[in-house]
Amino acid sequence: MWRIPFFPPTASKEGEAISLLYWTISALAIVFGAIVLFGAIYLAVKYRASNDAVRRDDAPETDLRLELGWTIIPLVLALVIFAWAAKLYGDIYTPREGAYEVFVIGKQWMWHCQHPSGIRENNELHLPAGRLVKVTAISQDVIHAFSIPAFRIKRDVVPGRYNSMFFTPTQPGKYHLFCTEYCGTKHSEMIGWVYVMEPEEFEQWLAQGGKGGATTALSLEEQGKQVFEGVGACSTCHMNPNSAVKAPDLRGLFGSKVKLADGRTVTADEAYIRESILNPAAKVVAGYQPQMPPYQGVLNEEQIIQLTAYIKSLAKEKPAGGM
Amino acid sequence: MATTTIHSGQERVNYLNVRTSVASWLLTLDHKRIGILYLLGITFFFFLGSLAAAAIRLELSTPKGDLLSSDTYNKMFTIHGVLMIFFFLIPSIPAAFGNFVLPMMIGARDVAFPRLNLLSWYFFMIGGVLATIALLKGGIDTGWTFYTPYSSAFAKGEVSLAIVGVFLVGFSSIFTGINFLVTVHKMRAPGMTWFRLPLFVWAIYATSLIQVLGTPVVAITLLLVAVERSLGIGIFDPNRGGDPILFQHLFWFYSHPAVYIMILPAMGVISEVIATFSRRRVFGYHFVAFSSLAIAIIGFLVWGHHMFSTGQSIYAGLVFSFLTFLVAIPSAIKTFNWMATIWKGRVHWDAPMIYALGFLGLFVIGGLTGLHLASLATNVHLTDTYFVVAHFHYVMVGGAIMGYLAALHYWWPKMTGKMYPQSWAKLAALLVFVGFNLTFFPQFILGYMGMPRRYHSYPEEWWALNLLSSAGASVLALGYLLPAIYLVWSLKYGTAAGKNPWGARGLEWELVDTLPSPHNFERTPIVTRPAYDYAHPEEPTAIYPAPRPVFAGGGKDG
Repeated sequence: MWRIPFFPPTASKEGEAISLLYWTISALAIVFGAIVLFGAIYLAVKYRASNDAVRRDDAPETDLRLELGWTIIPLVLALVIFAWAAKLYGDIYTPREGAYEVFVIGKQWMWHCQHPSGIRENNELHLPAGRLVKVTAISQDVIHAFSIPAFRIKRDVVPGRYNSMFFTPTQPGKYHLFCTEYCGTKHSEMIGWVYVMEPEEFEQWLAQGGKGGATTALSLEEQGKQVFEGVGACSTCHMNPNSAVKAPDLRGLFGSKVKLADGRTVTADEAYIRESILNPAAKVVAGYQPQMPPYQGVLNEEQIIQLTAYIKSLAKEKPAGGM
Repeated sequence: MATTTIHSGQERVNYLNVRTSVASWLLTLDHKRIGILYLLGITFFFFLGSLAAAAIRLELSTPKGDLLSSDTYNKMFTIHGVLMIFFFLIPSIPAAFGNFVLPMMIGARDVAFPRLNLLSWYFFMIGGVLATIALLKGGIDTGWTFYTPYSSAFAKGEVSLAIVGVFLVGFSSIFTGINFLVTVHKMRAPGMTWFRLPLFVWAIYATSLIQVLGTPVVAITLLLVAVERSLGIGIFDPNRGGDPILFQHLFWFYSHPAVYIMILPAMGVISEVIATFSRRRVFGYHFVAFSSLAIAIIGFLVWGHHMFSTGQSIYAGLVFSFLTFLVAIPSAIKTFNWMATIWKGRVHWDAPMIYALGFLGLFVIGGLTGLHLASLATNVHLTDTYFVVAHFHYVMVGGAIMGYLAALHYWWPKMTGKMYPQSWAKLAALLVFVGFNLTFFPQFILGYMGMPRRYHSYPEEWWALNLLSSAGASVLALGYLLPAIYLVWSLKYGTAAGKNPWGARGLEWELVDTLPSPHNFERTPIVTRPAYDYAHPEEPTAIYPAPRPVFAGGGKDG
């Protein structure tokens, strides 16, 4: 009558590898646990005070070979497990190119997901099977954590910094999404569903502009362009030949090395773009004055992600003029 | 100055009947009385913390959040965590039993700084009362971890007051640590060399190092949270230019070693109990002694394993994971040495020994599931789930509380002069063991399936395992209630315990009276044998030197 599960579903490539590791460690734990638990009870019964049929007069006070044995054997096993687990950890957190990129914003108490096509979803995330996915997450308030047990992955969603992770969904289906970092009153209601779809099905879903979520005809970078020209009023100075204020050209910027006024050189990545929008005085480009107003409290994380997508799209263009 | 003369037929003077007024307790400088005061204090906070745990398990016996509101539930797990960790587990064995037996074990009449010792109890009680007021008056819902920026910029309620309470109890812990360090260094009786010390003393020594070096960091960190809350200075809140992850580094720099503050003293107790009830010197004494120090030292370098998913660099993750595997090895060494102590021993199945065997069974499960969490990739899946909850309860409740109960049953006759009914005590040990496993083993399975911790409601499919866990908690509660009844009963009706009811070696059993005299020893003893010298029953561990001859007329130059 009751369906009582004892294992989570396994629905990603990384999840399969992590499960194997999990069960290997569990098997080791069961063997060693049984040795200690049953071994101690067996010895305590065998050498009970009333039993005089056992030899005790040859009991050593210590034995170096035994000590070395039960130090070195666990140590070697531990190091093997360490290396194996470290490799899989790298697989989910090491940055790499070519993934399908989704932005996630956590806020008390909901998940907000943005696809590159401009589709936005709340507490739901649709993903294609068989394709490497990159989730980049940031929080608008307190720390949350984005957890999909069926994929065996998780990432803390921290205010003020982008955290990302990589995984490859394999099994189409519907899976739990949880917030796993305590975030206040409705922490246990900050949940949702992840839908893994066959690739063709997913393409169709994208083409229809999603289902259920807030739909929009504009892609993420187009939305960014709107912010750039609209509420952000960035275009008043940036890339405006008639501007009274001299502001850096953003074409060709993303991914390039930027020389700063204080002599340092930084790579223009998401974190740099975000900081330069919210707190422009932190890293001023060489040859410019710190004239830009800070956008802290003016733009929300969603708009910053849109703007960043727009600035990314300008990476292929050549800057105008001599700079 | 006050001298007490004993008339024939009158009861011998002991630490309890020497003075009996309330003031004599509240102003006592006797380490044994301060130990008893701590015992009463921690029992009170354990009781409050248990009530909160009962509320949590009741709520989780159904998937919907239907018994308590979300806010009340969040306050309950905060009360449970704050009281159990800061006001029960951390002071439990060191402050109660360390105070009572450590000076006796090394042949001293008291700790090095008796007044500081009393002050530490007052800091503990004032801190406890302030925290309890904060938790009850409106309550706080930050969890015992006080993570920023939630605690510093979002949470409502008396967070700052609770922090002041924890701050004070932190200083109580530092005072106790300093006291024990100096006592072990300076007050050992003649002949009590470092390698003749009972392993409980080594364990408390290692614990004290952590208390003195680690506690100031968490005290300052929590104070910074209070400063951010009240003055709005940006330290941890990113909107004010702070870094929320910095808080986690500082918090775990203490709070991971704090786990060893809880478990090391329990390990010390287990060494004593297993040696006594196996009538055998602890196997590999030096390895067990140094493994305590190794745990204390390496334990300071593993804090980052609480943060594998926060976005700290992959290389930092590698280092912290590696060191975490390393810190597991000394615990393995201890465990195997305890088993080898039982091997070829003469094992008496008395109640303290049953608790010690229970400790072994639960601690080893707690330790081995630590491997899943030390491993980087599995940690990512399991962190912040019920797997972690189960793991640290196996270590801290299964390990530390089993050790605490073993200590209570082992030294109870020495403290009270009374024996408790053995069969009831054995039944209670069995109930705790079974109830504990019923409560927490299902949580490993729930955690692997992904059930997040601190959830007020959860998906339907996890109902059965949660119900099992709640049912187990009631068995566990019964296991805790029984000792409270038969131990109190024994105070009045228990049979009188002799000087050495267990036939144990050690100064506290061989020389100190049951119901010790106010100064423990008649004169400063001279230690002649190593600890646990069961192989030579005819040789006392320590002797009193012959009294100095007293010449009539006194003066040397007379």
